[in-house]
Amino acid sequence: MSSKYDVIIIGAGHNGLVCASYLARAGRSVLALEANHRVGGAAITREFAPGHSVSAGAHLLYMLAPAVVSELQLDRHGMSLAATGLGTLALSADGNHLSLDGNTVEGGGLSAADRAAYPEFMDKFLRFAGVLQKTFMKRPPRLAYAGPGELAELAKLGLNLRLLGRDLMQELLRTGAINIYDVLQETFAGDLLKGALGLDALLGSNLGPRSPGSVLTWLYRLTGRLQGNGNGVSLPAGGMGAVSRALHNVAEAAGAEIRTATPVKRILLDRDRVTGVETAAGERIGSGLVVSNADPKTTFLQLVGARNIETGFARRIGNIRMQGKAAKLHLALDGLPEFRGLTDTQTGQRLLIAPSLLHIERAFDDSKYGRFSGRPVMEISVPSLRDSGLAPEGKHVLSAVVQYAPFTLRSGWETGRDAFMELLVGQLEDYAPGIRGQITGAELLIPPDLEREFNIQGGHWHHGEYSLDQFMMLRPVPGAARYATPVTGLYLCGAGCHPGGGVLGLPGRNAANEILKQEKTL
Amino acid sequence: MYPGTDLKSVPFGNIQMASGGVDMQVRETQKRVLPTPFHARTSAACETNLWSSWKGYTAVDCYTTLEDEYFAIRNATSVFDLSPMTKYRITGTEGLACLDKLMTRRMDTLGPGRVMYALWCNDRGHLLDDGTVFHLDEHHWRLCSQERHLDWLLATATGFDVEIEDESDEIAALAVQGPTSCRTLKAMNLEGIEDLKPFELRHYPFDGTGLTVSRTGFTGDLGYELWIEAAHAETLWDSVFAAGKPFGILPIGSQALDMARIEAGFIQAGVEFVPAVEVVRPDRGRSPFELGLGRLVHFDKAVFNGRRALLEEQRQGSRYNLVRLDIAGNKPAADSFICNRKQKVVGHVTSAVWSPSAKMNIALASLEAPWGKPDDELYAEVYYNSELQWKRLMARCRVLEGAFFDPPRRRRTPADC
Repeated sequence: MSSKYDVIIIGAGHNGLVCASYLARAGRSVLALEANHRVGGAAITREFAPGHSVSAGAHLLYMLAPAVVSELQLDRHGMSLAATGLGTLALSADGNHLSLDGNTVEGGGLSAADRAAYPEFMDKFLRFAGVLQKTFMKRPPRLAYAGPGELAELAKLGLNLRLLGRDLMQELLRTGAINIYDVLQETFAGDLLKGALGLDALLGSNLGPRSPGSVLTWLYRLTGRLQGNGNGVSLPAGGMGAVSRALHNVAEAAGAEIRTATPVKRILLDRDRVTGVETAAGERIGSGLVVSNADPKTTFLQLVGARNIETGFARRIGNIRMQGKAAKLHLALDGLPEFRGLTDTQTGQRLLIAPSLLHIERAFDDSKYGRFSGRPVMEISVPSLRDSGLAPEGKHVLSAVVQYAPFTLRSGWETGRDAFMELLVGQLEDYAPGIRGQITGAELLIPPDLEREFNIQGGHWHHGEYSLDQFMMLRPVPGAARYATPVTGLYLCGAGCHPGGGVLGLPGRNAANEILKQEKTL
Repeated sequence: MYPGTDLKSVPFGNIQMASGGVDMQVRETQKRVLPTPFHARTSAACETNLWSSWKGYTAVDCYTTLEDEYFAIRNATSVFDLSPMTKYRITGTEGLACLDKLMTRRMDTLGPGRVMYALWCNDRGHLLDDGTVFHLDEHHWRLCSQERHLDWLLATATGFDVEIEDESDEIAALAVQGPTSCRTLKAMNLEGIEDLKPFELRHYPFDGTGLTVSRTGFTGDLGYELWIEAAHAETLWDSVFAAGKPFGILPIGSQALDMARIEAGFIQAGVEFVPAVEVVRPDRGRSPFELGLGRLVHFDKAVFNGRRALLEEQRQGSRYNLVRLDIAGNKPAADSFICNRKQKVVGHVTSAVWSPSAKMNIALASLEAPWGKPDDELYAEVYYNSELQWKRLMARCRVLEGAFFDPPRRRRTPADC
């Protein structure tokens, strides 16, 4: 078995590429193996209708860590932004939309009281998110005593909490583990506002507004605002795939070898020590260090194999909650869709269909019982307005995250897919009359599609629900929360690790740092 | 029934009201503690009417007198109803590979017709239980243990071509133990039984079904265990007792068995160790090394549960030693603290009994490492009540390296008959 690489990385998703880049820059010989024929994992741009391309997975950039951008000099390797500081418009069927831009909120028939309360409310929760965000650049602390250094890490976390001051700390402890519905109800009256904020807490999750832990998911999303990405959301030029291509360039420039269309069949072991990987084509490539960008279930239950890990650990991995409920809708349009009450410029912003918290809760209820939402919620982007390369002249693409679509549809997705698509188009028609007639091509990716296309078990974007029982030192599970795993030489670097999912890059960066640190102690 | 609790007292039955008075009749299957398949025979033989609940089944504490029953084990033939033991049927082409992952010792050498004593641990290397694995036929095993483990077994079986089912209810079992036990079985026309080596098993046709006999037991003596479908239990009982009549056969209860068990130095779940699933404080579990069973941990095999933790323990040293003690005097040292010369507590007794065969006041004790070497000066703090006068004595203990009682007949093959 050949063994000319220091490190093999399974999966060239954005985190795998980030990890490859850091390790290659540190002088390690790195081979990254990607199952798909292009790099990026769920951060890709691809054509779904002739001449029409769209970010197939994540479609808006709001969390990418500035440290990763600057340290890897992504701008010099081909990443540019087609739009930054995009505001959010919470759509109302009557055209009286609510506009959220940073810490101000306008329109939507919002009461003066709501408008006045909004900046203070956001400020408070951004400070809470700050406590969370301060943990992002490091491996999570250990709860068990493991020396003074570790204790200092925990102390720092406690100190950051204390620094909020007594009242805010109490407020964080009160709200941190409860649900976004209760928190928003306490402060606001306006349904459109609460719906918009609520949806932010729930995008990509298997939670409804009243599900416990939905404040935590919101804080996680808010950390994006603290990353130096300003108050809004960005659109990478060329779609999310361009970010991955830039990362690919960085990794290759640093000397990493990246092979696409090379799925890994299994991780080779000598008892509990990694010796390399075997590709689906049967090629065996040796290395004592393997880093998996695949989700934890795929990594341990498929690639390592449940039989090769101890039962307690295997059971924890098997119990990770990672059922995706977000679907992706892509439309190729003959022209710019005309949303009622929106200017063309506004159409290029981030559009939400989430009229109220109750509306979202009911949409979630459907999915709990194996149905797709009868009245779904959507996060919509028309990226072609700002990025003309995505569609031919005069044409447009629409990309929407749609919730909720259960992984297993009780009536079966064979027939359900068309029905759901019809429902979604019908709903869009309510807000953008005439859009149906503009559609020249369409694609709906439901969780089983996301699972298949991006090799994520359960089709969950974040490689595992983001929740109190699956975050920080519990992410993905105790025993593997610090990138190293119970299999010697096997590390994790994907969204299933701390700090978590989204196009963020920090799991990959932290994993690389941890690997380099561990090497020194060997 | 209250899972996980052994009811020491007789629980209330579902007393049904009938017209004209209270109907005290409760059907056997409605009872909270269930009868074993031998119940008609054990209850008829139980002169004391002393019973306990053992894993939800009625078990006789003592049929006649403890002395008679103990000496039946050591001098004649004893019969113990071990049907309440937990039994799992393991089938499939990868049964041994799965068992190899489950157990700390190598299981791939367990050939058909053989039995192995083995331990299984959680990921921390703490004992979940100990038990015996019977390789009954090709791709067919039985795991016999004190505690219930189906959840853990099924989780362990993930990824193996193996099926695991609880067959505790389906299989009745008798332990036939003692120096004349082979003669008893020979008198049952179990041909060639004397050639069965320790930890071997053999199948015999019996009562229109199959009877499996293994040379195994919990007494440390010559003895066998007989396994049969529950429906044939009473026929088996009758046949064993008819055959054993000339050889001093007696049914024995759990008290006599426990004496023999301690003499044999065998550990017992819930006594020498708390099964790792039941401990609340995670450090209260015990590893195989800490129970003196390091010889049953084999690192030269594939990944098994507890491997990493046990390797680490081997590097760092264990926290406890389980030792056999010979305690001066004849006052039973049950639950005693063990102290060093400076009267500092270094451990405690887990099981203790006066051993009639070893003529010793014996005990198993869990000591903090490094205590437990043969020349350590140790004392058992023994309290005893002499007609309402409590007395305390510090009885000198000797750490034994060998067994308390280990008769050659236990291993001799062909067996005495």
